[in-house]
Amino acid sequence: MPNMSLNKTKMPEQDPNVRNRNFFEVALGYTEEMAIEEAKRCLQCKTKPCIEGCPVNINIPGFIKLVAEGRFEEAYDLVRESNALPAICGRVCPQETQCEMFCVRAKKGEAVGIGRLERFVADWYLANRKPKDEKAESNGIKVAVIGSGPAGLTCAGELAKMGYDVTVFEAFHVPGGVLMYGIPEFRLPKALVQKEIDVLKRLGVEIKTNMVIGKVLSLDELFEEGFEAIFIGTGAGLPNFLGIPGENLNGVYSANEFLTRINLMKAYRFPECDTPVKVGKNVAVVGGGNVAMDAARSAKRLGAENVYIVYRRSEAEMPARVEEVHHAREEGIIFRFLTNPVRIIGTEDGWVKGMECIEMELGEPDSSGRRRPVPKEGSNFIIDVDTVIVAIGQSPNPLVTSTTRDLETNRWGGIVVDEKTGATSKPGVFAGGDAVTGAATVILAMGAGKKAAKSIDRYLKSKREQSQEQK
Amino acid sequence: MFKIVRKEVLNPSVKLMEIEAPYVARKAQPGQFIIFRINEEGERVPLTIADYDRDRGTVTIIFQEVGKTTKMLGSLNEGDEILDFVGPLGVPSHLEGYRKAAVIGGGLGTAIAYPQAKKLHELGAEVDSIIGFRNRELVILEKEMKAVSDNLYITTDDGSYGQKGFVTEVLKDLLDQGKQYDLVIAIGPLVMMKAVSELTKKYGIKTIVSMNPIMIDGTGMCGGCRVTVDGKIRFACVDGPDFDGHLVDFDEAIRRQSMYRKEERQALEEYECRLRGVQNA
Ligand SMILES: Cc1cc2nc3c(=O)[nH]c(=O)nc-3n(C[C@H](O)[C@H](O)[C@H](O)COP(=O)(O)OP(=O)(O)OC[C@H]3O[C@@H](n4cnc5c(N)ncnc54)[C@H](O)[C@@H]3O)c2cc1C
Ligand code: FES
Repeated sequence: MPNMSLNKTKMPEQDPNVRNRNFFEVALGYTEEMAIEEAKRCLQCKTKPCIEGCPVNINIPGFIKLVAEGRFEEAYDLVRESNALPAICGRVCPQETQCEMFCVRAKKGEAVGIGRLERFVADWYLANRKPKDEKAESNGIKVAVIGSGPAGLTCAGELAKMGYDVTVFEAFHVPGGVLMYGIPEFRLPKALVQKEIDVLKRLGVEIKTNMVIGKVLSLDELFEEGFEAIFIGTGAGLPNFLGIPGENLNGVYSANEFLTRINLMKAYRFPECDTPVKVGKNVAVVGGGNVAMDAARSAKRLGAENVYIVYRRSEAEMPARVEEVHHAREEGIIFRFLTNPVRIIGTEDGWVKGMECIEMELGEPDSSGRRRPVPKEGSNFIIDVDTVIVAIGQSPNPLVTSTTRDLETNRWGGIVVDEKTGATSKPGVFAGGDAVTGAATVILAMGAGKKAAKSIDRYLKSKREQSQEQK
Repeated sequence: MFKIVRKEVLNPSVKLMEIEAPYVARKAQPGQFIIFRINEEGERVPLTIADYDRDRGTVTIIFQEVGKTTKMLGSLNEGDEILDFVGPLGVPSHLEGYRKAAVIGGGLGTAIAYPQAKKLHELGAEVDSIIGFRNRELVILEKEMKAVSDNLYITTDDGSYGQKGFVTEVLKDLLDQGKQYDLVIAIGPLVMMKAVSELTKKYGIKTIVSMNPIMIDGTGMCGGCRVTVDGKIRFACVDGPDFDGHLVDFDEAIRRQSMYRKEERQALEEYECRLRGVQNA
């Protein structure tokens, strides 16, 4: 009998007023009983619209049925067939605009908690089973992957499964990309990211950290070193600034800097860890995406009294995951919608003491289809803040593209690829993830990595055949 | 892990280390830097590449023990290893095409100026080097600088060695005597680079300074290293570290450098306190 409750089975969470003082995970996950109860809400409908909504087409009803039957390991194996990082995606995917949006149950009441169940099977597996050695037999062909974010890791994993010798080059001292340096511990525990990466390593993927490609080796040098194809998954790491006066005052951070100090360098454990971060009493975070929510909630956890999200459009246009906005509110983050900063004001010795803003109203829809915010003349006002965090988006990092002459990029620095294959303008070089699309999502980056892996396989096979014919 | 193959004490607070890092050594050029991290809890700290040996696969760094991390690094010995060593980062200095250059090093900046003077010398430029220190004890790289300079001038603030006074005074004297340079390179504390740039601006001589702001990633990802050059935001780690001294907003840079002074002091104090604890145990 399906469970006909209109609402998702509640997931236990830390109390908002406790968790906004610590960095432990907010949502605690389902127990086996809760997972089975939630899985039973799935009607196993014939049309399976949810699968269409999933960028990597996980067999959602299939794995949920296995959960309902208590066959968790099989459920995990089924998810893993299409998704290499389920513990991560279960936590950070915007399910409400993907799989869950199409769920039949959502027509009346809440969708099945697909994300929560995905998270459950992955956590269950990582806690109860030892990762298997799934190393495929090597075909001796070397492929290089640049960047170890979700795009690079997925591409590497897929290629390793096919038998390629894959080496991932990562600029930072740890692999994981945004999963490690961007998304905070309280939303995505780093030990868990590490575990999912370890699963990939067991496929035979080699990860070389501290390697900034473009500086230490060029793409052409990678080819000279015997790599026969290259995947670029270098992400969108270049922080955008507002371009308003006062942006270089002490106390103004890009969200990237703020979050990197906290997540990657563990500044919340200063002085036990050596990297500090400074958070004042009143903090303004400019932006409305996941990055802004993460920065705001981190600032609160570091002791800020008042944390404002300053966003130039209205709540409906905010790109952040609904759950993150909800959590942020619960934790006491203050939202200032239809507000845009025009100037950051400093003290005599150069520290932030306020931010001048202007009120906005929504006008005609712009190219993104959202209504364009326009300033209300004369509505300027000042908010009292001593820290400003700029979270208005990132662009692709130009390190690789600027050092590779024959790699075509578009106006804002994204690498131009053939949509179907991920192939770039340079033979043997493929790309995907934020480096191509600009800042997007984990699952889209993974989907691109997977697609490119298939294309690389096809490319290398046809290359072999051609050279065989010539012989 | 990256092995320390040679360690030298240059003066009481400045040390030299040669680190085994074959990939970095293969590509390193004057003006570029590396970022290192000693251990899991460590911070990422940038240091300019002082020298490199492509055959041996080593990179030489010279550092002053100013904070916790540099003190810890200084306490390591030949044969020890550090966790992370990434580079070469930043844009190599543009040194081609100059005929007469003045290379100015302030304190530890001399270590960064040295590879530039050497490169200019190798490229056939006439090089006058002016290096300044607080006192005689702190003088470093005198022999090395001499070997690559046509003229070497040394100053100390207290007059205990060389000429008493600042490097800018020597430069001004040289210019007033009619010396002509088509390039001045100034590397050292921000106030010194600012003073040199102000001076050379009057004389209309192109001046390159090397900025060393607080950095994290060193790949253009955080923007923490931003400096204002000619009114625009530039990231020192990817657009620099060399910039036109006449266009840099030094006052802002000086202010930004002090952002974490309190925390830096706290980290150092706790480290030294722990060290004493260990010694007393
Ligand atoms: C704070 C924050 C919160 C987010 N929250 C969510 C969320 O909740 N849900 C969601 O779906 N998405 C979220 N996103 C977006 C998501 O993280 C990204 O879309 C995704 O990580 C992109 O993956 P990627 O593999 O393309 O790039 P990245 O994850 O950016 O990885 C790129 C990697 O390449 C490395 N690299 C760059 N240049 C070089 C080089 N020259 N040589 C070697 N290595 C290099 C980088 O160091 C990095 O490790 C968030 C992003 C941020 C910043
Ligand atoms: S150090 Fe982060 S952008 Fe330069």
